[in-house]
Amino acid sequence: MTHASEAARAAERVARDSYGRLVAFLAARTRDVAGAEDALGEAFAAALRTWPLDGVPDNPDAWLLTVARRRQTDMARRQRTRQAGEGQLTLMADELEAAALDAGDIPDRRLALMFACAHPAIDKGMRAPLILQTILGLTAEEIASAFLIPPATMSQRLVRAKTRIRDAGIPFAVPEREELSERLQSVLDAIYAAYAKGWNEIGEAGVPEIADEALWLGKLVVSLLPAEPEAKGMLALMLYAEARRRARRDDSGAYVPLEEQNVSLWDDSQISRAERLLHEANASGPSGRYQLEAAIQSAHVARRTTGAPTWPAVVELYDHLLELTGSPVVRLNRAVAVAEVEGAAAALAAIAPLENDRRMRDYQPYWAARAHLLARLGRRGEAREAFTVAVGLTSDEAVRSYLNARRAALTEA
Amino acid sequence: MRFMLLIHHDEAALAAANQKELWADYGAFNEALSKAGPGNSAGERLQPSSAATTVRQQNGKADVLDGPYADTKEQFAGYFFVEAPDIDGAIAWAKRCPSSRFGSIEIRPIVEQQGNWK
Repeated sequence: MTHASEAARAAERVARDSYGRLVAFLAARTRDVAGAEDALGEAFAAALRTWPLDGVPDNPDAWLLTVARRRQTDMARRQRTRQAGEGQLTLMADELEAAALDAGDIPDRRLALMFACAHPAIDKGMRAPLILQTILGLTAEEIASAFLIPPATMSQRLVRAKTRIRDAGIPFAVPEREELSERLQSVLDAIYAAYAKGWNEIGEAGVPEIADEALWLGKLVVSLLPAEPEAKGMLALMLYAEARRRARRDDSGAYVPLEEQNVSLWDDSQISRAERLLHEANASGPSGRYQLEAAIQSAHVARRTTGAPTWPAVVELYDHLLELTGSPVVRLNRAVAVAEVEGAAAALAAIAPLENDRRMRDYQPYWAARAHLLARLGRRGEAREAFTVAVGLTSDEAVRSYLNARRAALTEA
Repeated sequence: MRFMLLIHHDEAALAAANQKELWADYGAFNEALSKAGPGNSAGERLQPSSAATTVRQQNGKADVLDGPYADTKEQFAGYFFVEAPDIDGAIAWAKRCPSSRFGSIEIRPIVEQQGNWK
């Protein structure tokens, strides 16, 4: 990244930070997310246009508010004839006015907004897109490309979800202690889903930015809820993955699996941040899903960088994770670790229960893992079949050519 | 906000339950509901869907049908009202309601004040 584009990115960061705080502040008061976005949308667009070129103003919030207020006045003037929505806009203008009086000290309600977006009464698939839009100001087009949904459809669903937040009575509040960890889980899941989109689809143009945004949201949640171990666990998990981003491809763009990655390409500073977060998380509470997954990544890092024999520890961590989640994906990943400790035959036996699981039928990693295990056992015909299904289920070009190469190697052997 | 909670029972599951226990639980639930706030109200229990009649006007002619609006496994069975600051309060009451064990409870916010029927 050049110096200029780095500065532009930093300016954009500040604009998104300020925008999200202002939207959250307004929406938490009026329950009207779309209205809050309308009130600030033009000012935000102006900020994205000008700040990267002219630099960030001294008080970004005040800048946005001033531009937004000017627009409110224009709109109110133009709207005289149109009755609908005028009251609402005037109310918003007043809210902004009051907030502007002590700009710089606007209460940060972003956490409350995130809890509203990830409320159990919101469709699970829309939670991450809602957070990306309301907290970060990403457009429906940007979100749609990451989620592989047509922009018009994404836009419609976002509008519907915001109407639902207002009409169904979804609260803008951080849940009480006894409910916090359960509800936080859905916020973390939404952010992690956004990260995974960016991570899995590394081949897609524009998608890595969603991963960056998710990482930033993870940091935001940790800063707003510093006592929650799972938030730290999730951020650590994302950082471990992020640290290996450059090593996931070789020079020709081909996919490189973890065991074959060049560790000198790993980002040490991100790994040590992840280790620190995981350590803090483990010290402050019982282990949840993200802490366990981060611990597994930590074990992989230790093995690859120091040669420590950590596979048995990985299997053990997966045992806990399986107990906690009962997830077929966890069972599958556990089996991959079992293969390293007890061999491929034991691993294949461990995934036998998945054979009739409908969820695995179109799950590419299942077929890829199965293919690798069968290949290790010399069951070439079955391995070839499984590789073929895995290739058919892959949308990432790099992964596809990697799997094709492995399948070809079966024939040569 | 005011919410109406619409109870839909799996009538077979309900019939199989220990009736004495169930209606004792219901008594306790209704008691707790109305004690918890003046905006809450215990609502009413309906006769099973076998007692339902459905009327529909078409082309100026009224059809009177024997049976419920929709022939589904879970049937509308009763309702109650909850006053709560947001949906979380209503969800908490839905979870407490004994009917949630024998079907589902739909939560619908009530249109406030200048009810817009247009």
